[in-house]
Amino acid sequence: MKRRVVILGAGPAGLAAAQAALAHGADVVVIDEGERVGGQFWRHHDTLTDRRLQHQWARFERLRGALERATVHASTSVWRVDTEHGVRVHALHGPVDAVDREPLVIDADALVIATGAHDRALPVPGWTLPGVTTAGAAQALAKRDGVALGGRTVVAGAGPFLLPVAASLAQVGGEVVEVVEAAGARAIARGWGRAPWQFAGVAGKAGELGEYALSLARHRTPYRIGQAVTRIHGERAVEGVTIQRVDARWRPIAGTERHVECDAVALGHGFTPRIEAAIQAGCAISPDRFVVVDARQGTSVAGVFAAGEVTGIGGADAALAEGAVAGFAAAGGDPADARMRGPLAARRRMHAFAARLATHDIAPGWTAWLDDETIMCRCESVTVARLTAAAGAAGSSRGIRLATRAGLGACQGRTCGRSVEALLGRPLGLDRRPVLSSVRIGELAACADEAPAASADAG
Amino acid sequence: MTIRISFDGDEVLGREGQTIAGVLLASGRRSWRTADGEERGVFCGIGVCQDCVVTVNGVGSVRACQRTACDGDAIEREVR
Amino acid sequence: MRVIVIGAGAIGAASALALAEAGAEVVVVDRAGVAGETSSRCEGNILVSDKGPGAEAELAIVANRAWRALAERLDADRGPGQPATEFEAKGGVVVAFPGGEAALGAFAASQRGIGITANEVDASALRALEPHLSPEVVRGIHYPDDAQVQPSLATQAMLARAVRLGATVRVTEATGARVRAGRAIGVETPEGPIEGDAVVNCAGPWAGEVAARFGARLDIRPRRGLILVTVPMPQRVFHKVYDADYVGAVGSADAALQTSTVVESTPAGTVLIGSSRERVGFSESNTLPALAEIAAKAARLFPFLADTMLLRSYHGFRPYAPDHLPAIGADGEVAGLFHAAGHEGAGIGLAPTTGDLVAHAVLGVPAPIDPAPFLPTRAALREEAA
Repeated sequence: MKRRVVILGAGPAGLAAAQAALAHGADVVVIDEGERVGGQFWRHHDTLTDRRLQHQWARFERLRGALERATVHASTSVWRVDTEHGVRVHALHGPVDAVDREPLVIDADALVIATGAHDRALPVPGWTLPGVTTAGAAQALAKRDGVALGGRTVVAGAGPFLLPVAASLAQVGGEVVEVVEAAGARAIARGWGRAPWQFAGVAGKAGELGEYALSLARHRTPYRIGQAVTRIHGERAVEGVTIQRVDARWRPIAGTERHVECDAVALGHGFTPRIEAAIQAGCAISPDRFVVVDARQGTSVAGVFAAGEVTGIGGADAALAEGAVAGFAAAGGDPADARMRGPLAARRRMHAFAARLATHDIAPGWTAWLDDETIMCRCESVTVARLTAAAGAAGSSRGIRLATRAGLGACQGRTCGRSVEALLGRPLGLDRRPVLSSVRIGELAACADEAPAASADAG
Repeated sequence: MTIRISFDGDEVLGREGQTIAGVLLASGRRSWRTADGEERGVFCGIGVCQDCVVTVNGVGSVRACQRTACDGDAIEREVR
Repeated sequence: MRVIVIGAGAIGAASALALAEAGAEVVVVDRAGVAGETSSRCEGNILVSDKGPGAEAELAIVANRAWRALAERLDADRGPGQPATEFEAKGGVVVAFPGGEAALGAFAASQRGIGITANEVDASALRALEPHLSPEVVRGIHYPDDAQVQPSLATQAMLARAVRLGATVRVTEATGARVRAGRAIGVETPEGPIEGDAVVNCAGPWAGEVAARFGARLDIRPRRGLILVTVPMPQRVFHKVYDADYVGAVGSADAALQTSTVVESTPAGTVLIGSSRERVGFSESNTLPALAEIAAKAARLFPFLADTMLLRSYHGFRPYAPDHLPAIGADGEVAGLFHAAGHEGAGIGLAPTTGDLVAHAVLGVPAPIDPAPFLPTRAALREEAA
């Protein structure tokens, strides 16, 4: 019987894994929450998407073409991964968050976790105002829906991903007032040589980033470095921002405040890997909270592999290379196989690129732009003042969570968790989430009739 | 092709295939949920933050940024 | 007198508070911090509805009264940044589906015999109490004295008050026992020994393990309980609402999965749905059958829940004794060692009176009720674990 490889996520890593596993003769199942494969990187809609916003589209089409021999479950949310008696994935198929979705229970010989990452936006006073979104939201709305976030948008945060976001906004008719990058000139020079888009180590990357830089120049959008949006103003929606210079630790420098009028702000201070499926599967997690993988992209759990941003933020090209290695290994392939030479070399190259991304890592001084009334946890409207008071009063991390409800709301700490931990200087254990995606009580109840896993013992 | 949905009883036009968030934003709306008396709309845009949830045809907790709008959908604001 | 309390859960906190109020110098030691385990992984029940006539019911009736006064004191006298206990005397409603009415009625009658208020409610009165209940439900009993606290906050509040009376809390693990001349005098920790005149073992499901470090025997075992939490919503459940089969599950020693429905709203707007009882040691795996069964039963009780989004689930390990009574009092063999553990899912509710019984055992202050039924020297606790 063919070896069944189940792949969670159909972004670059998952698609490359599928292609490689198919090439090695596996029975491949790909599951993704989106209506179409592609993930965030190739998020698209057949009629709404402006093709100029897509990169490496030919590559995507080849990967998508390879899926003809795979089982693809799109519009399917995985809400639980069991690895106790072999790998079993529980998912629901149907319109997003509908009540009548079809339950799927899929047993796997090997699992590839390619669940990607989501934008991390640091809290800023005023960041709950309508018109403030993550950079990823601005990108997704532009690509998927053909909608510009606002008339005048400030794109702020850190890292080269701000550039394509600005380019996309301009493409769909929005005006990008400024791109604000927190990393300073010295850090950028040290990390990249000169500027990210001139980085010569990876030809394709440099070309892509260069295009974005040209787009900024064409639209006369200033690219500010060593600066940050430290306050967002507005009554019922965004009306403007305060931009300040920040030092090397991202502490705002007093006296450098500038006011800029805008009606939208797109924040992106890097990415948070979506590791909850890996945690539930029992995979070892590194101290900086990525999934630990070996040279074959294997995790600490036999039969479970991981690729892409869950193993370290490296961008789409790293994800493609890692996905190919993971898919091949998951299908039972030997990484020493000649077919793996290309992906292994690409993975090495892209890891060098990924290392440069550390230039834009969040520095701890950002908390200095918060004030007591700044909301940290958006779901439960928990302020800085409440958190710091509770951290003083309660001993355990569970105690702080339960006393403030930070991280206990609808998003389960996905949005605020790491920022709350940075503020309090201690982990709160919010990465562990028993329910991986939205599921309704009735849908859970339907599992009561489910047969136990085939290899389940009597225990 | 144009689709028609309603938001709290008002007719809103969108393009077929757009998400509910896309339709609402394109109609000039910036927010469609109330949280502790404050206005909220789309934030993460990729289904993670739950800030944009709406009630769709009577079913609550639907992420507007992920759910494709269908002609005739009745969308309602959620208040907490 | 200096007393070392092992465990900063609800029982440890209540014991520390009672000891401190009686004048002892108290040091609380816990590896997970305040309410780091069982006491933050439960519903915060303060119930009389689930107790049939017997010693535990008497403890529950006294403790229920004690909680009202204690919560008021704790809430009135909060430190900065410390939230309220969220004590809510919301009352409980136990309901029966067709076929279960007679058993429920007989149980309520026996409870009235020992002074528990248990009012018969017919179908129309039930609708008035809980408009969203399933129309299948035919009969109910209203227990106005059932209450709840937010268990983590209540535990934090009890300890904060103890600290204001001079107690200290050390977040470290009691890795070993300090015994001198056959007498328990303290604990070893990675940061060095902590010594005193007496040691109180409030280690919940780990109490047997802690007793063994002192050379004592105490048969307390873990039982896993799972709870579901929904997304926040406008309030649609107004009491603690249980399926009548709840009563059967508490007293049973059956190892198999048992679930019994309890549904209630929290001040945060979420609905808590419990709960299961499984004898699986400290295992955290294979939770799906219990989760699914709890969900199915809850949706039968409140049909609107079927379409409600699940937010998360959590589980805790409830400490229980083979005879399902808590162990409170002096150890039979090791002088200076006391136990307060084994409250099995009722520890929050029984905490204040348990604390008073600990103060009685350690310091000789008057006991609020007869301590005899709970003494750890009873035979059931001293046999080898099965």
